Parts: sequence; structure tokens; C-alpha cells
Amino acid sequence: MDMKRVKDYIYWLYYQYLLITCSYVLEPWERSMFHTITVTVFAMVVYTAYVFVPIHVRLAFEFFSQIFGGHPESTV
Amino acid sequence: INHIVHNGGLYKRPFNEAFEETPMLVAVLTYVGYGVLTLFGYLRDFMRQWKIEKCQNATEREEQKDFVPLYQDFENFYNRNLYMRIRDSWNRPICSVPGAKVDMMERVSHDYNWTFTYTGRVIKDIINMGSYNYLGFAQNAGTCQEAAAKVLSQYGAGVCSTRQEMGNLDKHEELEKLVARFLGVESAMAYGMGFATNSMNIPALVGKGCLILSDELNHASLVLGARLSGATIRIFKHNNMQSLEKLLKDAIVHGQPRTRRPWKKILILVEGIYSMEGSIVRLPEVIALKKKYKSYLYLDEAHSIGALGPTGRGVVEYFGLNPEDVDVMMGTFTKSFGAAGGYIGGKKELIDYLRTYSHSAVYATSMSPPVVEQIITSMKCIMGEDGTTVGKARVQQLAENTRYFRRRLKEMGFIIYGNEDSPVVPLMLYMPAKIGAFGREMLKRNIGVVVVGFPATPIIESRARFCLSAAHTKEMLDT
Repeated sequence: MDMKRVKDYIYWLYYQYLLITCSYVLEPWERSMFHTITVTVFAMVVYTAYVFVPIHVRLAFEFFSQIFGGHPESTV
Repeated sequence: INHIVHNGGLYKRPFNEAFEETPMLVAVLTYVGYGVLTLFGYLRDFMRQWKIEKCQNATEREEQKDFVPLYQDFENFYNRNLYMRIRDSWNRPICSVPGAKVDMMERVSHDYNWTFTYTGRVIKDIINMGSYNYLGFAQNAGTCQEAAAKVLSQYGAGVCSTRQEMGNLDKHEELEKLVARFLGVESAMAYGMGFATNSMNIPALVGKGCLILSDELNHASLVLGARLSGATIRIFKHNNMQSLEKLLKDAIVHGQPRTRRPWKKILILVEGIYSMEGSIVRLPEVIALKKKYKSYLYLDEAHSIGALGPTGRGVVEYFGLNPEDVDVMMGTFTKSFGAAGGYIGGKKELIDYLRTYSHSAVYATSMSPPVVEQIITSMKCIMGEDGTTVGKARVQQLAENTRYFRRRLKEMGFIIYGNEDSPVVPLMLYMPAKIGAFGREMLKRNIGVVVVGFPATPIIESRARFCLSAAHTKEMLDT
């Protein structure tokens, strides 16, 4: 029973995605093209976030702690 | 924005009207959806241009390719790319009387809605939420139908003449007296077509040198009649009395544009219920303004006659006002009475003038006798003169259906526009894919609705419009 409910819920989410981005009305070849492009762009965004976000967060943290924390690190 | 107005004595009952704002996320996503479709539309057009794909819609002939292009504007682009994909929700052929339930012929399309083929099956008993059948008189059984059949065998189906020459039957005279009594005015006149009533009579009433103030969302027939008349047209915001008052003040203070002479006539055009929004006009305020600034009022009760008011006399009775205050009361017989045609009611001198000067009276064929008989019978039924209480029961049933339906839809969380008491219920779907999906899903569940998209409504506000009827029972509404 649980598997069926989970599968129904995932199907409902997919249906909502189709409706919101209007791929519900596209023909099948258009739909596969649209899915390919979307998945590619999304994958690139995730990869960029994975590579760059921790470094940016660490630098930003150091910058702000330099202003608020103290001056001993002023030669950095 | 919720307007709950207890306007110090002018309104005898609370006037609840709500037009919710579009949520920001929904608006953004709608634009995203349209953007995706536009991109794909350009891609398909490119392929059609370079002959990679077969072009199936209308284009110019080879010899005409050097002329001014005919099919390049936005409307045709939209038509080709968006409308064709979801076209199967419109123009569905029905094959029974459009009452509370209707039969529909099934059709499929193998090449994405460019052509349709009938499978030959008939889908039976679809709950009909699309016809303007407010009091349920669209039946093929019952007293109205028997009377109409008798008149058909007596008078025949065609009149073959205009009203002025040989087409004035005694049935027409009887109908006009009955309509005048129903509305509470001195005299009335009936025409064969509701659209033609508006567009042909406004030019007879106003001309050059007059001013027409019309609402933003007036129907095409009113707009056409106003433009044909040659008067100056100014538009006020929908149901907005401050805008109307400002326009009236400006008009009276400044007069005609170049010569500064006073206007010959000022005519205010409003509708009783606006069919796309479901809102009701603020009639007490309009009448107060009209009396203060001495102008004339033309009220188009196409959807509200028979549907509002405790005995179904329309929006004037709903607000408890005097029908003599409205100068020209116009309405149609198509919506609540189950027939076809329109009427105009007012003072006797006005109607006598219209009998000779209106284009529709002089040139258009008069109404067909069985249709006239259907109207007479249904109107008598509403007024209660045929001895039963069926009419009053229907009016009350419609009011109950309206309130119940609106309350339940709001509880389910949809955005509904319009006044609480109007039997036209627009349910907002904003995104273009939802238009097609909603129509198809409803058909799978055996409910027939009308979905409306771009040309009739603003581009991000597409909606599904339910028209309630007294013939719908509670079980039908619950599905």
C-alpha cells in the first residue's frame, strides 16, 4: 500500500511539473527535447553549487568575522 | 480586495464582491509557461518556413508571397501555436437538448488537433455547466414544449417578413404586453436576435454630439452599437463609481471636445451581470449618479433577467429599486427563458420611436412563432400566472444552487471571482496548460465546462466558467 501511495504522489508531482511549465500541451518529440534541456540546465546548476558554494561561504564568513570579531587578523 | 459595502441606506442588503489578486508566484509561473510555449512556437514556425515540417494552416499562395504578409501578427502566431494544441476543448458537437445533462459526440484527433474524426460513439449524460440555462427552461418536455408545438402546427415556423411590413403577428403584440408587465415598464418591443438588439438600437438612440460612458468589460454587442452610432465613447473602470463620477463631472464641466458646447445626451451603458467576471453592477449608485448629473441609463440585463431577484425580475428587483428609474432596459430571451431574441423596455414614447427608427425593426426578420410561444409560456410560469408555483420554485432553487456551489468551491480553496449571488462562477486557472488539461479531465469525469483563454480575457487570467442552472440538483453539484 505504501509503495502505491508513494508512486501516486510522485506521479502527481510529475503531472504538476508538466502543467506548470506547459509541457503538457507539447507533442512527444518537443516534450523530450524540453526535458533534456531542463535536466541539463538543472544538472549544471547543481554541479556549480556543489563546487563553488562551500568556498564562497567560507570566504564570506571570514570577511564578516573580520569586521565584527577583532583586528588580530588584519594582516590577512 | 474585498468590498463589503453598507452604503448608508442605498443598499438594502450586503453587496459582497471579491476579485482576488493573482498570487505573485502564480503570475510568474504563468509567464514562464507562456515563454516556453513561445519558444517552441518560434521553433515550429522556423521549421515550417524551411519546409522541414509540413505546414497545415492557412498561408498565402506562392504568387502572393511578395505582398504585405497576412499571417505574421501576434494573434495568428498565438492561434497557430497555442490554440491548435488545446483546440479539442471547444466547439464540441452536442446531440441533445442542452438541459442539465447533455449528450456529446465523441471525437479524436490523430494529428494533434489539426483535424478531427468522429468515432461514432455518443457520450451520454454529461452534466452541463456551460449553457446559459439559468432557470432550466431548455427542455424538450413539459408545458412550454407543448404550447410551442401547438403554435408551430398553427402558425408554421417562418414569418418571411420584417416587423414593419407583414411580420407583426398577434403573438408578437401579446409578447410585448407581457414583457412590459413582467418588467414593470410602460411598453416593450421584442427583436429576433439579442446581439442585434444592442448593436442596432444604440445607433437609433444616440448620434453625433452625444456622449457614451461605457464600462470596461462591456459585451461586444454594446461596443459595436456604440461605435456604429458615431457618438464619443469614454470608458470607466469596471464597476468603479468614482471613475464614473469623475468622467461625468468632466463631461458636464468641459462639454464637447472642440466647441465646448454642452453634450446633447449622456448615456451610461452597463450590464446587469458581466458574464466573464460574474460581477453585478452597483445599480443604486449608478442611479443616484444618473439623477444627480441628469443623464440616461441603458441597462443590459442579458444574463440577469430571470436569474436575480426574489421573483426573477432581474437586477432592478434584486436591489429593490424602481424600474422607472432606468431609461432603457434591455435584455435577451436566450439565457433564462430558453428561447432566442432580445427586447427593449421603457417609456411608451421611447418604444414608439424605436418601432419606426430602429434598424432591427425595419430590416430584420421578426421572431418565429414557436419561439415567441416558448417565451410567453416560460414568462407566465415565472410570474406564476399559470397557476403553479414552478416559477418561484425555480428561482429559489437557482439562488440556493448558486450559494451552495460558491461556498463549496471556496472551501476547496479555488479562486473565484465575482459577486456572491451571481449564477456565473468563474474559477481562475492561470496557466495555459491548465486550460486544456482542465477541459479534458472534466470530460473524463462526465462534466462539460467552458474554459476561456486569451482573446476573451486578459492573457494571464484564463478561467473556467461555470453557469449554474435551476435544473441542477444537489447531487449533480456535489460530483
